[in-house]
Amino acid sequence: MKVNEIISLLDAEVLCGDAFETEIGSAFGSDMMSDVLAYVNEQGLLLTGLCNPQVVRTAEMMDISCICFVRGKKPDESVVALAAEKNIMLIATKRCMYSACGELYKAGLEGN
Amino acid sequence: MEDCIKLHYVVDGQDFVSCGRASEDVKRTLKSLGISSQVIRKVAIAMYEGEVNMVIHADGGIADVGIYADRIEIVLSDKGKGIADIEKAMQEGYSTATEEIRELGFGAGMGLPNMKKYTDDMTIESELNVGTTITMRVNIV
Ligand SMILES: Nc1ncnc2c1ncn2[C@@H]1O[C@H](COP(=O)(O)OP(=O)(O)OP(=O)(O)O)[C@@H](O)[C@H]1O
Ligand SMILES: [Mg+2]
Repeated sequence: MKVNEIISLLDAEVLCGDAFETEIGSAFGSDMMSDVLAYVNEQGLLLTGLCNPQVVRTAEMMDISCICFVRGKKPDESVVALAAEKNIMLIATKRCMYSACGELYKAGLEGN
Repeated sequence: MEDCIKLHYVVDGQDFVSCGRASEDVKRTLKSLGISSQVIRKVAIAMYEGEVNMVIHADGGIADVGIYADRIEIVLSDKGKGIADIEKAMQEGYSTATEEIRELGFGAGMGLPNMKKYTDDMTIESELNVGTTITMRVNIV
């Protein structure tokens, strides 16, 4: 599934990046970066309600190319700048974790 | 002496925002050396887990990385409170993290087992109230 399609399914706002055509093979949703580090096997999309810089650093370590913030949360400018520097696309949706994940799963984006 | 690239970092225990910079720099260096992405991934995850541990559990420390032709060695040492029971700390789910740390997205008790999983060798030396040194090796295959 392309990032473009994810954005439209979640009615998401783009915070940084322009990798709209990037193909995302799988997704993982968690507010715990510990779990992201322990369970993610494939680079793809990370959905999270956590907004601190370690979300971007974790994504960088895991080669995750796109992060979607849920529940209308948005990180501050320094976090957006960090992601931009690392070429990680950031998007934000008002949907909660459950419904955002459900929407993407229903449209064919599988879990990790 | 064997050819080796040495990297040295001071990890600031008061600066959660910068935590991960050392691991990022190692990742970038390995990439520029043309090391395979599987090896880079192992090193990046293991080192980042260790770097986060030094910040959240030990008030920072020192990271030394040696890049050899056949392996990467990572030594993380701190003068923190030490690990009382290493065997217990190695179990998945064991964590002494506070609620505050959990709110930052860490403290699931997955870090040390994950470091073990992603490295070819790992040893932990720790003494209560003296500090902890973790040595990891990832083979370049
Ligand atoms: N450098 C360290 N100094 C002192 N104690 C440590 C250190 N590293 C780990 N520990 C102890 O070992 C426990 C287990 O560490 P581990 O990394 O597996 O889990 P965690 O850091 O608590 O959570 P997670 O890594 O999942 O975010 C920690 O909760 C802490 O008590
Ligand atoms: Mg840890």
